[in-house]
Amino acid sequence: MKDQKPKLKPKEKMKIQRTEMPERTAEERVLGFGEVPLGFSEDLAEIEALRCLDCKDPKCMVGCPVGIDIPAFLKKVEDGDFAGAIAKIRETNFLPAICGRVCPQDQQCELTCIVGKKNKPLSIGNLERFVADYEREHGLRVTPEIEAPTGFSVAVVGSGPAGLTAAYELRKRGHEVTVYEAFHRAGGVLVYGIPRFRLPLDIIDEDVKALEEMGVNFEFNTIIGKSMTLDEMLSKEFGFDAIFIGTGAGLPKMLNIKGENLNGIYSANEYLTRIYLMGADRFPDNVTPLNQGKKVGVIGAGNTAMDVARTAKRLGAEVTVYYRRSKEEAPARTEELRHAMEEFINFKFLSNPVEFVGDEDYFVKKIVCDEMKLGEPDDSGRRRPTPTGKQFVDEVDTVIFSLGCNVNPLIPDSTPEIVTNKWGVVLVNEETLETSKKGVFAGGDIITGGAKVITAMGQAKIAARSIHHYLTEKTAKHTYFAKEVESV
Amino acid sequence: MPKLFEILTREELAPKTIMFNIFAPTVARAIQGGQFIILRVSANGERIPISISGWNRNEGSIRIIIMAAGRTSAEAIMLKVGDCFQDIVGPLGKRSHVEELDGTAVLIGGGYGTGAIIPTARDLKALGNKVIGIVGARNKDLLLLQDEMNEVCDEVIPTTNDGSMGIEGFVTHGLAKVIEREKVSYVLAVGPVPMMKAVSEMTRPNGIQTWVSLNAIMVDGTGMCGACRCTVGGKTQFACFHGPDFNGHEVNFEELQARQKMFQVQEKIALEQLNEVLV
Repeated sequence: MKDQKPKLKPKEKMKIQRTEMPERTAEERVLGFGEVPLGFSEDLAEIEALRCLDCKDPKCMVGCPVGIDIPAFLKKVEDGDFAGAIAKIRETNFLPAICGRVCPQDQQCELTCIVGKKNKPLSIGNLERFVADYEREHGLRVTPEIEAPTGFSVAVVGSGPAGLTAAYELRKRGHEVTVYEAFHRAGGVLVYGIPRFRLPLDIIDEDVKALEEMGVNFEFNTIIGKSMTLDEMLSKEFGFDAIFIGTGAGLPKMLNIKGENLNGIYSANEYLTRIYLMGADRFPDNVTPLNQGKKVGVIGAGNTAMDVARTAKRLGAEVTVYYRRSKEEAPARTEELRHAMEEFINFKFLSNPVEFVGDEDYFVKKIVCDEMKLGEPDDSGRRRPTPTGKQFVDEVDTVIFSLGCNVNPLIPDSTPEIVTNKWGVVLVNEETLETSKKGVFAGGDIITGGAKVITAMGQAKIAARSIHHYLTEKTAKHTYFAKEVESV
Repeated sequence: MPKLFEILTREELAPKTIMFNIFAPTVARAIQGGQFIILRVSANGERIPISISGWNRNEGSIRIIIMAAGRTSAEAIMLKVGDCFQDIVGPLGKRSHVEELDGTAVLIGGGYGTGAIIPTARDLKALGNKVIGIVGARNKDLLLLQDEMNEVCDEVIPTTNDGSMGIEGFVTHGLAKVIEREKVSYVLAVGPVPMMKAVSEMTRPNGIQTWVSLNAIMVDGTGMCGACRCTVGGKTQFACFHGPDFNGHEVNFEELQARQKMFQVQEKIALEQLNEVLV
């Protein structure tokens, strides 16, 4: 087959339209928790990959936080060599099935893709997802080679995207690795915070299994900072030589407005955890309850807000998203907003909640909002919303705050040596990601204050490289004070 | 060596009230008075917070008391020696405040809350303080751990609603007597919300340092979900992370009590489902 493909000139390639991944209809998808995109067929994948111009100076890779050799993997897809394509991706990315699904490619590789200047950019994310799925469905996954044992052992705190990536990178280099997780299963935010219709559980479990097969140890139900301190871990008792902290999100942000502790008001973390970690959508067979009403209000318009809104819709509610700015400023990626809008979710932009009103049993019944208008740009560069003076009241019986989180405070709280900024974000050396405590490195939301899965993974790779250097180079010094930068 | 979260001993303290010793070394190695754990009974179970009444660091065991009230606690007390809990995570929350006092410390336990005050009573005593325990129950058969309370306190004042033992009435009747006769500098109350509220109201006029342990609904227990948020001194606090102990004079108890009923309907359904299975 390969030889029969025509050789196209760049000009001809530019005329091929981007192949969108087929999706289930909105009517169908709100009935359950199945994935929305249906995947590429082999043919569609090859045609889409054919559009790559094989640029001399490709820009797509610049936009990838883990540095995947995108043109090389696309070339292999074009040639129908899907096994070769996934092998290429796996040189730099341990979690392609996850990244292919949850990365905001429109803000990364696809944003900088040169084809995108005159046509729509290559569908890089969907192709990554396709080859990762191809590998899984065809049982092609191989346990990566592990370098000779170094005799060092590293503790990884947290089993989210940062922790899993750090564990992989460190184990591959021959270190003993133990991952500590506070919950009873691995995956962190990938499990408790991302809906199954965006990321099915079996995909995460496959990646965890792969780590176990590589010899990574997992310790669940363990809270570092409480069950044991960092000093104890670095002492003879536990015998770790270095620690990676990837503990991610902590206390959810609220608005500090009247009535926000009424019953029926959840944080996105609580709402999603009840459903996706604890299985409350199958109550009472799963014992964790969820008390969702018929009219759900979601506060915020980021990706998590879209996840929450679409989840509430699937559980049978009429859902309205309240956001104080306009659609243009909404932080959610384009596709998430589009999916939510397709799925019959109402949006009230320029609506700023100021109060919740409850009934005699303390359950929320009403949301009061200020109508807003946009003024001059603020510090974030977005136009600042200001009240118009008008208000409106909607009936709600469930409200879910999706305004982001502060960082997890448990480790800084128990380790005074770990320096944070005033928001609790752990400060690190920007190049090595080492913290103010020698031998302790960090990555993910704990050092950014809240970012993307792929950012956390990219940082975990850097931290793993630094840890390897720290362990194996006799001359390695504590790098924190060499260059102190607020990594926000 | 026992299996992780294996039940080493099981003792019925009162009807539907069981004390377990459980092998949980990562909890036992670090737990301190006033902290708590979150447990699951089974793979489809919910996470519920439980306070700790003791531990043995050498043995790697912790001691908890569970009174069957809802689905999960009812399932828990059916477990036998040699059975394992599905998950136990901890220690969670902050240690109860202890210090050298210039007056008496009064530790108050209502019902199965009695177990939770024992470690802190011991800590306060070790600092050289005079410690009085007040334990309340409906009747004398429901008064828990009296021998141990006598051991860790200088004096124990039982109160029973029916007068079958000690003072007839509530723990506040016992507290009033102690405040009347001596200088009280510290009160810690663990038990039902109305009891903790009544205690806090009683100590407020004298400005006695008063701590209450808030038994809010929780999911993760590490400050991530906010299910346990409560209002203290007009500010939202997370019972799991900032607490569980708070200044009783600043807690909005009405809100706490209302929030405990957030899943009342679902809790009834879950319990009924268990009862159907058992029949």
